[in-house]
Amino acid sequence: MGSSSHASTGTLDKSRFANPFFTREGWLYFAILAVLILVVFPLTLDAFRLNNVGKYLTYAFVALGLVLCWGHSGILSLGQGIFFGLGGYCMAMFLKLEASSPENTAIQSTPGIPDFMDWNQITELPWFWAPFHSFGFTLIAIVAVPMILAFVIGFAMFTRRVGGVYFAIITQAIAAILTILIIGQQGYTGGVNGITDLRTLLGWNIRTSEAQFILYFVCAGLLLASLLLCRAVHVSKLGRLVIAIRDKEDRVRFSGYDVAAFKIFVFCFAAGIAAIGGALFTLQVGFMSPTFVGIVPSIEMVIFAAVGGRLSFFGAIYGTLLVNYAKSTFSETFPELWLFAMGGLFIAVVMAFPDGLAGLYHRHVRPHLAKIPGLFDRQSGRGRDVVAQPAE
Amino acid sequence: MTQSRSANTFLALTRRRLLSGLAAVPILLALGQAVPAQDFPTSEVKGNDLAVTDDTVTVGILHSITGTMALSEAGSVQAEKLAIEQINAQGGILGRQIEVIQEDGASDWPTFAEKAKKLLVQDKVAAVFGCWTSASRKAVLPVFEQYNGLLYYPTFYEGLEQSKNVFYTGQEATQQILAGIDWVSKEKDAKTFYLLGSDYIWPRTSNKIARKHIEKLGGEVVGEDYYPLGHTQFNSVINKIKLRKPDVIYASVVGGSNVAFYKQLKAAGIDMTEEKPLLLTISVTEDEIRGIGGENIEGAYASMKYFQSLTNQNNEQFVKAFKERWGDDIVIGDVTQAAYLGPWLWKAAVEKAGTFDIDEVVSVSAGIEMNEAPEGYVRIHENHHLWSKTRIAQAQPDGQYKVVFETDELMEPDPFPEGYQ
Amino acid sequence: MIGDYTYSEFGSILAMQGFAGLILFSVFVLMALGLAIIFGQMGVINMAHGEFMILGAYVTYLCSTFVSATIPAFFPYYFFVAMILAFCAAFALGVLVEWAMIRHLYKRPLDTLLATWGLSLVLQQTYRTVFGAREVGVSLPDWLIGSLPVTDVVEVPINGLFVMALTFVITAVVYLLMYRSNWGKRVRAVVQNRTMAGAVGINTRMTDRMTFGLGCGIAGIAGSAFTMIGSTGPTSGQQYIVDTFLVVVFGGAASLLGTIASAFTISQAQSTMEFFMSGSMAKVLTLLAVVGILMLRPQGLFTLKIRR
Repeated sequence: MGSSSHASTGTLDKSRFANPFFTREGWLYFAILAVLILVVFPLTLDAFRLNNVGKYLTYAFVALGLVLCWGHSGILSLGQGIFFGLGGYCMAMFLKLEASSPENTAIQSTPGIPDFMDWNQITELPWFWAPFHSFGFTLIAIVAVPMILAFVIGFAMFTRRVGGVYFAIITQAIAAILTILIIGQQGYTGGVNGITDLRTLLGWNIRTSEAQFILYFVCAGLLLASLLLCRAVHVSKLGRLVIAIRDKEDRVRFSGYDVAAFKIFVFCFAAGIAAIGGALFTLQVGFMSPTFVGIVPSIEMVIFAAVGGRLSFFGAIYGTLLVNYAKSTFSETFPELWLFAMGGLFIAVVMAFPDGLAGLYHRHVRPHLAKIPGLFDRQSGRGRDVVAQPAE
Repeated sequence: MTQSRSANTFLALTRRRLLSGLAAVPILLALGQAVPAQDFPTSEVKGNDLAVTDDTVTVGILHSITGTMALSEAGSVQAEKLAIEQINAQGGILGRQIEVIQEDGASDWPTFAEKAKKLLVQDKVAAVFGCWTSASRKAVLPVFEQYNGLLYYPTFYEGLEQSKNVFYTGQEATQQILAGIDWVSKEKDAKTFYLLGSDYIWPRTSNKIARKHIEKLGGEVVGEDYYPLGHTQFNSVINKIKLRKPDVIYASVVGGSNVAFYKQLKAAGIDMTEEKPLLLTISVTEDEIRGIGGENIEGAYASMKYFQSLTNQNNEQFVKAFKERWGDDIVIGDVTQAAYLGPWLWKAAVEKAGTFDIDEVVSVSAGIEMNEAPEGYVRIHENHHLWSKTRIAQAQPDGQYKVVFETDELMEPDPFPEGYQ
Repeated sequence: MIGDYTYSEFGSILAMQGFAGLILFSVFVLMALGLAIIFGQMGVINMAHGEFMILGAYVTYLCSTFVSATIPAFFPYYFFVAMILAFCAAFALGVLVEWAMIRHLYKRPLDTLLATWGLSLVLQQTYRTVFGAREVGVSLPDWLIGSLPVTDVVEVPINGLFVMALTFVITAVVYLLMYRSNWGKRVRAVVQNRTMAGAVGINTRMTDRMTFGLGCGIAGIAGSAFTMIGSTGPTSGQQYIVDTFLVVVFGGAASLLGTIASAFTISQAQSTMEFFMSGSMAKVLTLLAVVGILMLRPQGLFTLKIRR
């Protein structure tokens, strides 16, 4: 996959623009991350903290998508919570139907439908719930539903050349609208409570410690796979085109590319990744609530990516872990003050470290490491990664 | 519900010893006879590895101190802390001082679940006092059931729930609603009702019960409306009310919407003191009136179990202690009082069981009585809710309620009411 | 008979609902105007807009407590002073924020979104620390409470009238400022071509700062006015923020006229529907319609004809 991306650079200095799948350095980072989340965390953290880290990792999916979408393509979506939430809701609907078997719900006036429907005087399963009896359909829907919505939004916006801040606030408005919709239609969606009390996945109790342990590894594995997938998109020709679009959209358009199509693709891709995160969230936490669809989580997830470094996939994951760890710790230690810390972090990252942790690393740590012979590779002293340079 | 009653001889003994001791313990604030901790060796009372040492026991408080719900939950936190401090001043529980770990649910349901898990799994707290919204309770419920924790939940709520691991110290819907509607239809001869609420499970369930009961009494519901949480514009519904001319506006609007609703109602020329229509609310406590302004809600009736102006001796002491602890300008609402009961009911149950063990505490809880409650006598029902009286009171311009009616008997909690579903 | 109502009742419905719609319209305009000015001028979305509103509300609260404690005779008129103070406080904070944060981020408009979001968290927590987590009650002078009876059924709330008048005045002032003053000319010049505006000697920095301050100041006035109809607490700003964004987005964020048109459309649609169905359902349908139209016309109702 990596080699195909060299083709179009023509007579330019290949060593500067070539973008192999991973350099030796990249594989090193990948290995460190994999060891950290697959070995170090499970060995050092107790079950409760590990489950928390598992939860944070589901946000990291969103952050990964945001790096591609925002950092590389310049599309800031403040509505990633929509896709995270929809993915989560699809999974929750399946689990809820499984938990609402006629035997389990015998005390209801209509057995066999989820309890909140019964409370809202709904007497039969709504049509859009019915397909979620099937696990196969659910798996497809988890990714497909958010991607279709992303496509509709993206198509409407990008083909009319809406972008920048305006796109950001429209996605935000849509997030707000969806939240109100979900809360308002509580008979069909569980309302503000969300879909709660999820117990089993195909008969497997997801609440036990063992199940949580296994789900952590599923989550970590899928995250690493998603990271590779994002990287694959990034190093492809498309990946470089979207960077060009970010930096000079008109020139790309004048060169004969359909700019909108590329943007739509990246947006849908990020939505799909976020949705996987959402589904895993539901599995690990045991419920889904409309709070995730709203404005606040959507913006928080952007901050995760920003803290880690909006241009770096690795940064996004570390950023997510760090911010959430800080949030948990702050709020446990200073429950009355942690909002100051969070707000301050937002401002500080934006004002002082626009490239986040990854930027700090590249500026201050990496030059020293690069002096160690053979650690990265021969050319590592120079910036190899085209996107590592912050763009205006 | 699976409650195992263990017939442990040791326990029976301690229980007897304790009960005789309890009779001698004077009511609130008076320094009780401290039970020496040596009588209850840590190894025997710490249950399933709970955070109990030779002289302390740790509990959790889990409310939102940030986010949109913080304004509602602040009172509950204060009440729980006050109760715990008072218990400590009396010598604690089983000779142990209570230590508190407070966590912030941040008005975010998944955060509630995470913090609940932290309190149970990591801190191994012996009990948790907390949650306010139904959504937060639904979020933590599986956690409490899985890790066998103990939650005391203070808010009046919609019912339809019963768990081994939760005690509901507020009223469930039927307790709060039936007496209120009986009263307006009998005393005020009300026939037509307009039901109005915020759009979530509690107002919807409450109105469902109210509607059934109104129809049972031969009345008529002339309108039913729901507005999104946080909605601030009520002019349209006020117009509808004016046209339909109901005898009673039955309001279960919550949170910031309340302020908007009552201010706009007043501005639209509906003077509630004239009682045409009469307004009966199940959601506005003294706490909310602070934000609404007494002059804007003067004349409205509320149907709840507790009002700050109750004149019994328990309540006078409670209000005095509360103000001494949290400042003179504080007001106390229904939920705040219910939150205050939590630690005391837990204390009574632990002392009856002679151990902090969750299963033991749960199994002895049914039937526990509390004569010293500010609202008066309460008793824990087998379904983990409280037997309590329901009172009707009218809002005064100073932001207090004046009680005009009180049920003769304790209302039986009935979370799954037959005929109201 | 129309439905359950007689013709005379139906007439009253139309009158009262029309008025309710107008009040809602005024509220929307007041909320959105400040945001639209800032966005139109600088392409900056001020996520802390709701918190600036609540600053105005708290200033009003402080005024009411101060006046009723010290000079009760002045109480009936304090509201006007409170609004001016609310404007000043929000304006001052706005200028400070512009100076400390926003001006460093003009080249990165997306980042201002995040920074102002951080600011909103900090402000919320500040309010909570200073004023407590509970809502505060702002007592109003008597003349602002109550209604003017027109017929038996039709009554006009005075605070609604007040909000309408206020909105009218503020919109008129903003119009005069933007389209009839030299300052407005400078602002518009900067919007249309920042570089050229700078080249002909306009102090673009100062223009930006004042515009940001003005937008925040209007938010402060809005917050002050909303103490009449809504709650005042640390997070009350969030109650308004969603509607505010919708109005601005739907109007086509860069145009003041668009903001007003969109506020009118949304408010009328919502208040009409609220009458015929549950409020929650009306809101959902309104929002769905807004989203639907945004999909067809993502730039919003009105757009500035500038090539991007």
